[in-house]
Amino acid sequence: MSLLNRYWRVALGLVVIAALIIAPMYLNRYGLFILSQWAVMTIAAMGLNLTLGYAGQVSLAQGAFVGIGAYSAAIMTANGMPLIAGLGVAIVLCFAIGWILGYPALRVQHHYLAFVTLAFSTLAFLVFRNESWLTNGIYGISNIPRPTILGYPTNRPLPFYYVCLGSLALVSFATWWLIRSPWGRAFVALRENPVRALSLGIDTRRYTLMAFAIGSALGGVAGTLYAPLTQYIDPVPFNLSLSLDLLMMVIVGGSGFFFGPFLGAMIAVLLPEWLRFTQGYYLMLYAVAVILLLIYSPTGILGILDRYLTERRTKAASALRAVAKSGLEPAP
Amino acid sequence: MTAVLEISNIKKNFGGINAVDGVSFDVQEGEILGLIGPNGCGKSTLFNCILGQLQPSAGEVKVDGKVVTGFRPSDLNRLGVSRTFQLLQVFPKLSVRENLILAGQEHQGNMLSRLLGPSDAGLSQAADQMIEFFKLGHLAGELAGGLSYGQQKLLDAAMAFMGGPRLVLLDEPAGGVNLTMLGDLKARLAEINREKRATFVVIEHNMEFVMSLCSRVVVMAEGKVLAIGTPAEIRANSAVIDAYLGH
Repeated sequence: MSLLNRYWRVALGLVVIAALIIAPMYLNRYGLFILSQWAVMTIAAMGLNLTLGYAGQVSLAQGAFVGIGAYSAAIMTANGMPLIAGLGVAIVLCFAIGWILGYPALRVQHHYLAFVTLAFSTLAFLVFRNESWLTNGIYGISNIPRPTILGYPTNRPLPFYYVCLGSLALVSFATWWLIRSPWGRAFVALRENPVRALSLGIDTRRYTLMAFAIGSALGGVAGTLYAPLTQYIDPVPFNLSLSLDLLMMVIVGGSGFFFGPFLGAMIAVLLPEWLRFTQGYYLMLYAVAVILLLIYSPTGILGILDRYLTERRTKAASALRAVAKSGLEPAP
Repeated sequence: MTAVLEISNIKKNFGGINAVDGVSFDVQEGEILGLIGPNGCGKSTLFNCILGQLQPSAGEVKVDGKVVTGFRPSDLNRLGVSRTFQLLQVFPKLSVRENLILAGQEHQGNMLSRLLGPSDAGLSQAADQMIEFFKLGHLAGELAGGLSYGQQKLLDAAMAFMGGPRLVLLDEPAGGVNLTMLGDLKARLAEINREKRATFVVIEHNMEFVMSLCSRVVVMAEGKVLAIGTPAEIRANSAVIDAYLGH
């Protein structure tokens, strides 16, 4: 049965990937923009999912890292450097700042930690807004160019969408690799029981800082794509509400599930668009939908699936135990 | 014989209370030392001071002759000192096999190889052997949270051995475990002690378990060592009988 399951899963994955590649060819400019935004926000949410969902460290600063990434990209490319250089700066900068932001997590946890990261989020916003010599303040940076990749310009919406999708694929693979590596296991141990983890030789301090640094770096990667996507940035999109949005994406999708951010970002980016036909009511409907979902399943959308699969597994296991006890042969 | 663990004059105060009040003893290589005493006499606090979970107010801890007072638990673990806790401490959302791999992974390679190397840190086989050894074979793929209490207790103990420790401190390994499993656990501990020359310190209230497993027993009362001796000597010690064992 698990073999069949596996085939189904691979088949589903291939269909989704094919749809993500082919369907956009028939979308208009706006549709492509929304879908690109989904890919970018998924990357940022994946970073937060690593920090919060896997390693259990609350952060209300992911939006600030998207901002740092976006400004790195905008400033570098506005000065004639290629986007890849901006990406490098964004990753190094966000990794380093994320590492430093991890230090408070060694002392405080949960909502105390949330407050520390919230303060950082505000600080970053103030830098974006007030340090005009660097960021051009409230006037923002415009005409951010889109990159030319292997001699192929990506100015038009469809090619740039593929840049976002390709980046999402790379980040997904790297994150998947990280999560299934011993590091991923150590992150989960950190979330579930740091005292026990420490007694098993797991350097919880180093892993906590790493979880912050890597998660923040992914926020930076998302920002590096965000700047050329919108081609204009100012401080407003990177205020606290982006951090809260990203937090919501992680929780609604399913915190600590690999595919959680994909679904969460889909709901946060696409659902408001689908609800637009209700005109003035769309934000309200959206808010109600999120509340209802979290009442029904506090562990998010993937939590529903997980509950179902766990129940089935427990039933199968207890059936096997009963068979073993009765001394009968299990059915083939 | 050489001392694997030497503790001298360990003290731990919480406010005005001397939870541990000048405890000293040695644990020899290959020994199974029992640590008994009434509830609240400072056994677990002493463990926490030895293992770096708490900073002792005074005194010195040596492992293999090296002073390790105040070392972090993770550093001590990598020096070959492992432990179990009084209350269950498995990772419920990881499978039995994953729990064991987690317990051993930090003893393999370095940070980089743990990131870029194989997912199981090369420990799948060792984990499966440990699973067989503790008779958890049919449960290897199950989530640890779905196991019975006794099975989780066995897993908890098994995890302490994944790093190939020299010294293991077990805090009430028999608590809440049924008789059949208790026999199993005792046999496993004795076997690891015999074959791997692993040294144990065991806190336990189950006297039958302690007296049959341990070569020496330390009795604590009110933060101090009341008596040290072989099980037979302890049984006959009138001070111990008065303070703990009863007539």
